[in-house]
Amino acid sequence: MSLQPYSSPIERIWYWTFRGFCALVLLFLMIPVLVIIPLSFSSGSFLTYPLPGFSLHWYKTIFSAGPWLDSLKNSLIVAPLATLLAMAFGTLAAVGLNKADFPGKSFILALLISPMIVPLVIVAVGMYFFFAQIGLLNSYAGLVLAHAVLGVPFVVITVNATLQGFDYNQVRAGASLGAHPLRVFFTIVLPQIIPGVASGGLFAFATSFDEVVVALFIASPTERTLPMQMFSGIRENISPAIAAMATIMIILSVLLLLVMEMLRRRSEKMRINR
Amino acid sequence: MTSALAMSQPAISEKVPGLKAQLRRAERLRKLKAIALVAPLAIFLMIAFVIPISNMLWRSVDNSEVMQVMPETARLLTEWDGKDLPSEAVFSLFAQELRDSRTGGGLGRIGRRLNYEDPTFRTLLTQTLRVLPATTETTWSETLQSIHPRWSETETWLALQRAAPATTDRYLLAALDLKRGSDGNIERIEENQRVYQQVFVRTLVIAGGVTLICLLMGFPLAYLLATLPTSQSNILMIFVLLPFWTSLLVRTAAWIVLLQSGGLVNTTLMTLGLIESPLQLVFNRIGVFFAMVHILLPFMILPLYSVMKGISPVYQRAATSLGAHPFAAFWQIYVPQTLSGVAAGTILVFIMAIGYYITPALVGGPSDQMVSYFVAYYTNTTNNWGMAAALGTFLLIATLLLYLVYHKLVNQKQLIRN
Amino acid sequence: MNMKNTLLNTRKTALVTGLAIATASLALSAQAMTVISFGGSSGEAMQKAYYAPFVEKTGKTLTPGDYNGEFARIRAMVETGNVGWDVVEVESPELVRGCFEGLFQPIDWAKLGIEDQLIPEAVTECGVGSFVWSTVLAYDADRLEGTPLSWADFWDIETFPGKRGLRRGAKYTLEFALMADGVSSTDVYDVLATEEGVARAFAKLDEIKEHIQWWEAGAQPPQWLVAGDVVMSSSYNGRIAAAQEEGRNLAITWNESLYDLDYWTIIEGSTQVEDAYEFIRFASQADTQAVYSSNIPYGPVNPAAIGALSEAQAKRMPTHAENLIGAIAVNTDFWVDFGEELEQRFNSWATR
Repeated sequence: MSLQPYSSPIERIWYWTFRGFCALVLLFLMIPVLVIIPLSFSSGSFLTYPLPGFSLHWYKTIFSAGPWLDSLKNSLIVAPLATLLAMAFGTLAAVGLNKADFPGKSFILALLISPMIVPLVIVAVGMYFFFAQIGLLNSYAGLVLAHAVLGVPFVVITVNATLQGFDYNQVRAGASLGAHPLRVFFTIVLPQIIPGVASGGLFAFATSFDEVVVALFIASPTERTLPMQMFSGIRENISPAIAAMATIMIILSVLLLLVMEMLRRRSEKMRINR
Repeated sequence: MTSALAMSQPAISEKVPGLKAQLRRAERLRKLKAIALVAPLAIFLMIAFVIPISNMLWRSVDNSEVMQVMPETARLLTEWDGKDLPSEAVFSLFAQELRDSRTGGGLGRIGRRLNYEDPTFRTLLTQTLRVLPATTETTWSETLQSIHPRWSETETWLALQRAAPATTDRYLLAALDLKRGSDGNIERIEENQRVYQQVFVRTLVIAGGVTLICLLMGFPLAYLLATLPTSQSNILMIFVLLPFWTSLLVRTAAWIVLLQSGGLVNTTLMTLGLIESPLQLVFNRIGVFFAMVHILLPFMILPLYSVMKGISPVYQRAATSLGAHPFAAFWQIYVPQTLSGVAAGTILVFIMAIGYYITPALVGGPSDQMVSYFVAYYTNTTNNWGMAAALGTFLLIATLLLYLVYHKLVNQKQLIRN
Repeated sequence: MNMKNTLLNTRKTALVTGLAIATASLALSAQAMTVISFGGSSGEAMQKAYYAPFVEKTGKTLTPGDYNGEFARIRAMVETGNVGWDVVEVESPELVRGCFEGLFQPIDWAKLGIEDQLIPEAVTECGVGSFVWSTVLAYDADRLEGTPLSWADFWDIETFPGKRGLRRGAKYTLEFALMADGVSSTDVYDVLATEEGVARAFAKLDEIKEHIQWWEAGAQPPQWLVAGDVVMSSSYNGRIAAAQEEGRNLAITWNESLYDLDYWTIIEGSTQVEDAYEFIRFASQADTQAVYSSNIPYGPVNPAAIGALSEAQAKRMPTHAENLIGAIAVNTDFWVDFGEELEQRFNSWATR
């Protein structure tokens, strides 16, 4: 769909309509992200435009001792642990899935992906009842397990995708030269699939860092995560503190996006080099 | 990979006898290793995911409240014929077990369960308990009947009897606006009490509408991204990926700010003179659509983009050069090639949309809530766990059916190739 | 080889650090007492008046949290034996119901030792009064021409056009509907106890259903009034005062308002009973209550605190004589008996 000097007027109109429409869709996608940032610098306590004045007061609020900082700390405890767990389980499983065919493989794959598909409320209610029975309710351990479950499919999928392009002759070469399978894994396989593992990990981290439904059900105020604090903030007290925290989280998303892009480039380069 | 190996097998084994068996053993070992690698995750998910959900599904038929809190009464009542008032033994056991139920939350559990049979039952229990004599030396049938006349009605005891067995189908039926009549047959509940059929329809309508809007907005954009030179499309891709990576709550909060009466959209429209008084854009269906489309749009664009990226422009050009109108070439040659992406994006967005809870809860009104909201409502607000489980069961079945279709249509890795 | 070592080391370090953090935080969480309030500006006032000074004075840890009065969560905790909350602020019908069902620990008043300092209504079997609040008709005086004087005016769409906010629940909403329908404030609960009365209240609500925006959290009405989403709303009086202090011209109609006490309770099965008693005792002192009431205009239950308030502050209390004219007390017994049935009915009415 490019515009040529000989294009007819209809084609020109169509071309610009199409471009205009796409621009509107892009604007629609970006506007909520952009609109919330200025509000975080408001000197008033209500989230309305026009801003009454400029102030860093709300950043001070979220970074001084209190529920915001506590919830940030909790998220920074839970998300990395859940991510590690998801990466360890997910990578092993993906390698196993690629190693050989075995009966029920497609069923197993469907099972491993399913936490991504099942509505969160169902996962939340299920875990709420189950964790209550085994004493994991209102605990960090329960929250870490739950978020690991939700993050695992991403690791399986990304590592699986990376392994599709992996040449197993390298493993055989390593093995025939007498290397221990573990050594083969750490020196040959892992370095090549690390972009997949890492991007899966990023997804898992982002999932845990943004997960509110399950946390609302299984965590008590002691384990209150950042999304829980955001949720009760939006429902309770729509103050610019939310906008300030949102701005911090947008910066975090930009970072995630950049790292993700770097990983993608790296794995592409690897594929080309081969 | 594996098939290549399998093909090479016969060739080798013909030459060296005995190698076949060795190879088979090696292959088996490889399978075992593969299973051993998958097993930890499979077991982990079994314990932390499958069991909890099965456990929840069980609650949709579970009826053990009365049986656990009043085991003796429940046992005796199942033997009662239901014609005349139960025997003195039942009255006496009931009185004792009612008194014991006050500790450990038992009274709350049976009160809740019995309230589903008759919405005033809990009040009856608490009123009775308040004046229940502490002595054990009394004729309980007379005492209870003198405390409250309802204890002399068989209907009261029939309600208790209905709550006594271990399982029930009342929740699953109620989730479909059905119930068992006094004759035991399934019938529809009174018109003014029907809620859930409407909720299921509403869920499908909202999810369908969101999916359709996402497709209409996502398809052109994905097409633009796929046909632009990489350097340009990479920049525009940030516009899709940044919201995608931004927290759902951040975006939901942003939409409330944008759409409220004093929000940016309304003030802009009023400054432009397009409207005189602010439009109601949030805490209703419009707000739900705005926020949900925004959150789910990237999930439509990304699979579409990855399919479109792989479509060669040659065929479309060939059609045009053979005299086809550009629009015809686009519609007849290009669009059919994108269908796998359309299917992937559509089903993915639809699956995610029917399970939505947080966004409608924050930006919708009471009549915009979807099934998930009621699952949460019954779990957290009324403790009607049977109802929560029953609604959840139907939601899960719908999701799994769609997932099955999706699984057949799309390779998993396409999900998040980007 | 180097790569491998680094990787293994990184993994090990990460794992060890992770475990260390997890253990440390688990150990910490075992000590903290959790205090749950209704949050919002009331929660902020509690932070200033009770939480922070309590931590400072005793050196104990205290985790504040908030909820919207979901009684079911407390029930679920006690029944499943997963008690994550220790001290909880509840409304009076929930207090009575929960006390009866054994969800709250009976208060040992001798141990607490403050019985003679509080107003009589604050002393109950399972709860210690915390403050007196009121649900009032609040409106945006800048946006409204004229002054709504009663719930009948609230229902008058013609004279006062615009959206209205009401609490998403049967409690208070049904009372207001009946008063709007001409039931005098003294008869409201008698009428509501009959089936016809309930039907009448819902019919009255039907009249303005499409003009109502339902709120769940106490912070929403002032937020919506300020943002212009609604022109008037039922609201807790304290929340409106917080917005007034920001210079917003929100006004309160005290006529036909409903007032009641909120209570501190200790959840059955809590492991922090000693700390809980200490906290409740601390939060009932005249000086701490005065700090609370000067931050949000809810009436103190310790009468000695009133003397510490300024005249202007005292005027904004629900307990001020002028504000009590035409106001009624929430009938706790009524809501204990009929609450759950009416809430269910309300919910299926609202979602339709």
